[in-house]
Amino acid sequence: MIEVDHVTKRYGEKVAIEDLTFRVQPGVITGFLGPNGAGKSTTMRVILGLDRADAGAATVNGRPYRDLRAPLHDVGAMLEARAIHTGRSAYNHLLAMAQTHGIARSRVTEVIEMVGLEQVARKRAGGFSLGMGQRLGIAAALLGDPEILILDEPANGLDPEGILWIRTLLKRLAAEGRTVFLSSHLMAEMAQTAEHLVVIGKGRLIADTTVSEVVAQASLGTTVRVRTPDPEGLRRALARDGVQISGRERDVLAVNGLSSAEVGEAAAAVGVVLHELVAEQASLEQAFMALTGGQVEFHAGAPSTDGTAQEVAA
Amino acid sequence: MSAVGVSEPPARTTTPEHGVTLAGVLRSEWTKLWTLRSTRWSLLFAFVAMAGLGPLVAAVQMSRWSQLQAHDRLTYDSLNTAVGGYHLSQLAIGVLGVLVISGEYSTGMIRSSLMAVPRRLPVLWSKVIVFAIVSFVLMLIASLISFYAVQAIVTQHHVQHSLGDPGALRTVIGAALFQTGLGVLCVGLGAILRNTAGGIATFVGLLFVLPGISAILPASVDNAISPYLPLSAGTTVASHTFDNPHHLTIWGGFGLFCAYAALAVVLGAVNLLRRDA
Repeated sequence: MIEVDHVTKRYGEKVAIEDLTFRVQPGVITGFLGPNGAGKSTTMRVILGLDRADAGAATVNGRPYRDLRAPLHDVGAMLEARAIHTGRSAYNHLLAMAQTHGIARSRVTEVIEMVGLEQVARKRAGGFSLGMGQRLGIAAALLGDPEILILDEPANGLDPEGILWIRTLLKRLAAEGRTVFLSSHLMAEMAQTAEHLVVIGKGRLIADTTVSEVVAQASLGTTVRVRTPDPEGLRRALARDGVQISGRERDVLAVNGLSSAEVGEAAAAVGVVLHELVAEQASLEQAFMALTGGQVEFHAGAPSTDGTAQEVAA
Repeated sequence: MSAVGVSEPPARTTTPEHGVTLAGVLRSEWTKLWTLRSTRWSLLFAFVAMAGLGPLVAAVQMSRWSQLQAHDRLTYDSLNTAVGGYHLSQLAIGVLGVLVISGEYSTGMIRSSLMAVPRRLPVLWSKVIVFAIVSFVLMLIASLISFYAVQAIVTQHHVQHSLGDPGALRTVIGAALFQTGLGVLCVGLGAILRNTAGGIATFVGLLFVLPGISAILPASVDNAISPYLPLSAGTTVASHTFDNPHHLTIWGGFGLFCAYAALAVVLGAVNLLRRDA
């Protein structure tokens, strides 16, 4: 388990993260989501003891990272920025890491095979493509067979095959009961990988929620597009509290607040002919934008969740 | 690189908790040192320079022996010639000392190092110990090779020394000691500055520019200052006889040099602990 407790980190005048509190539970993949520059990497660096928090504390299994006796067995991490000497081969990089903990050479070979780098393991890491560099970073993270994995943008630079590979790997690692914490700025990627979500923006916590909740939020904003030769008749049939109807074209209505089934049933009840009935679901990216955008509005002292949901549909 | 499906499970071996040990970190730093091409070339250069420059100079001197002035023949010190290779090898040792740590900052490797050893200081100690041992052993072997080669060359004019002569063994070992101290000093500079260019500039400035500045000061000031400058303090131990009468005692000078090196390492350690990586 990772606990971040009221952590604040400044770089000079700039506040990178402010009073951030959340927990990452074992057994599920927790996504760490936020726009670029939101403070995701900083938070991870504080958890890993690379940067010192100005206030608050981050712990791993109840202890500050710096106090871990065998950190590579507790936590495997891959940072977004490369953390490999460009002149050293992948094998020797992993070997040097392993030796600090007395991890056997056989394990080095094992993780190299696990990430599929056998062909290039003896080549200088400086010549690696972005995708190969990511695989090497993941190999380093897996070296100590850790309970906790912290990965900063692991899908970065991977081809679709590589993304599928890492998604499968992470899901299996979580299923084994490990804590998996990974950051991304792509909601769609998270939706397919993570179960839990920690969302930050401008260094502050925006949401600590589940992916399914966010998806549900997104579907709240579903717009039903309906084409009918009798738009007026349909308007009358659908008119009720909480339903918004707008006409885009003369014979097309956009309905908010009802499912497509409800619209179809209402039309059938009054005998209005429908030529087309489509539910247009707001994308996850839009839900994410609403989530982060809503928080900004909240700071300005404004609206309710309904307002947010409608904005999604807009 | 193609496996989409994850083949074998990552064997959740209930790990016997090894944990970080100083021995492990030392082994890791040993691996790091030798697995970079730049390191191997620098060390090879230092070795060849230390072993080869003395004999080369001795051969030239012997071939021109008859043209030397009587005073030069009388004061000719084949031991100083034998260890003279340090004038060249020290450059490689110093630069490599800086690179041992600044190279980790420039590539980002330091983050991997500190994630594996979050207490941080063992990383610095291990770098210092490994680089000191490697520098000492290599420079000692090279110094001995140079000593025997030079003595063989200068026998023709009967100005040779044996290792048993007063100060001879100390001078030969001293050349290795000086460069070991220099290597440690430069690892310290690397840890303080975290930057290759800055570290090398500081190393060159402290060792080679300061004496030049001191030399343009009035002689009385220069004579008072120069013995305490790092290069002249450090090389006392690698000198059999002195041209310049203004120098510290052999062990006093080297002791001061070691104190400079220790200071650099301590400041580097404080920096490593305090600053974000």
